Amino acid sequence: MTRGWRWLLPLTAVPLLALLAYGFRLNPRDIKSPLVGRPAASFALTSFEGQPVTLAALRGKVVVLNFWASWCYPACYEEAPVLERGWRAYRERGVVVLGVDIQDKEEAGRKFIREFSLTFPNAPDPAGKVSIDYGVYGVPETFFIDRQGRIRVKHVSAVTEQVFRDTVETLLAEPAPGG
Amino acid sequence: MLLAILVLLLEAAPAPAQQPARPVNEQELYAIASELRCVVCQNLSVADSPSEMANQMRALVRERLAAGDSPAQVRQYFVERYGDWILLSPPRRGFTLLVWVAPLVAVVLGLGLVALLLRRWTRRPRPTPPPVDAAMSERIRRELESEP
Repeated sequence: MTRGWRWLLPLTAVPLLALLAYGFRLNPRDIKSPLVGRPAASFALTSFEGQPVTLAALRGKVVVLNFWASWCYPACYEEAPVLERGWRAYRERGVVVLGVDIQDKEEAGRKFIREFSLTFPNAPDPAGKVSIDYGVYGVPETFFIDRQGRIRVKHVSAVTEQVFRDTVETLLAEPAPGG
Repeated sequence: MLLAILVLLLEAAPAPAQQPARPVNEQELYAIASELRCVVCQNLSVADSPSEMANQMRALVRERLAAGDSPAQVRQYFVERYGDWILLSPPRRGFTLLVWVAPLVAVVLGLGLVALLLRRWTRRPRPTPPPVDAAMSERIRRELESEP
């Protein structure tokens, strides 16, 4: 009897330690988005140039939707040239890069675009509605949307050349809707 | 004439598509905002954070309440986009139920253990005093009697 009891006490610590071991291995910044695999929310914004920017107009294309801010240094500054190069390399193949400037001052956003000579459409999101619709919790975050209009990948932190190329190539390899 | 009455009647009927915005109960708004995590903060609710993002989220809560959403629907709106992570209190189901149940279980187990140990300690037999032999008690008695 006493023998059994002596073992029981340390044994109760085992599930607790297992739980801690599991918890400490998780990355607290890696928050799974419930939106991956779901249809991307539609939006209608106006670009810095005054052009309408809607997701509906881009059906059938692979969309790289990037949320950024001019104060997001260094990650947004690292990925801006990557996105611009990706846009130039893939635009002929049916890929659209869209930038959404969030939590920012309009003038600072314009300066950022000039600084990096960005040629892909960029739009401010003054009320933050689009960013909340996409469950954005920081910048930069990038959503890769397939030709069917579904969110396939959510990338948190700066997009690298390789992430851009690999993800876009995978989505381009899939058949277009209706064919 | 009949047509005119019909037009009047139709105009009088409330158009369901253009319902006037419901007045927003500020306490309800605060209650919802304080349950939502401010996504750009450390351990702050949307109600408590002065950040722009929290401000925008509060505006969205207000807008949805004004549009006639129930508090549960507003919460669901955020959960659908951010996952359960957006709620400051983990939901009482699935894996996170553990967070709610484990402390209770630990307290019950601890109390059980304390009760068990207390019972054991109180039941331990007292050490019996060493027997006093007849010569010794005789001596004590005598000394007591000789006392003035």
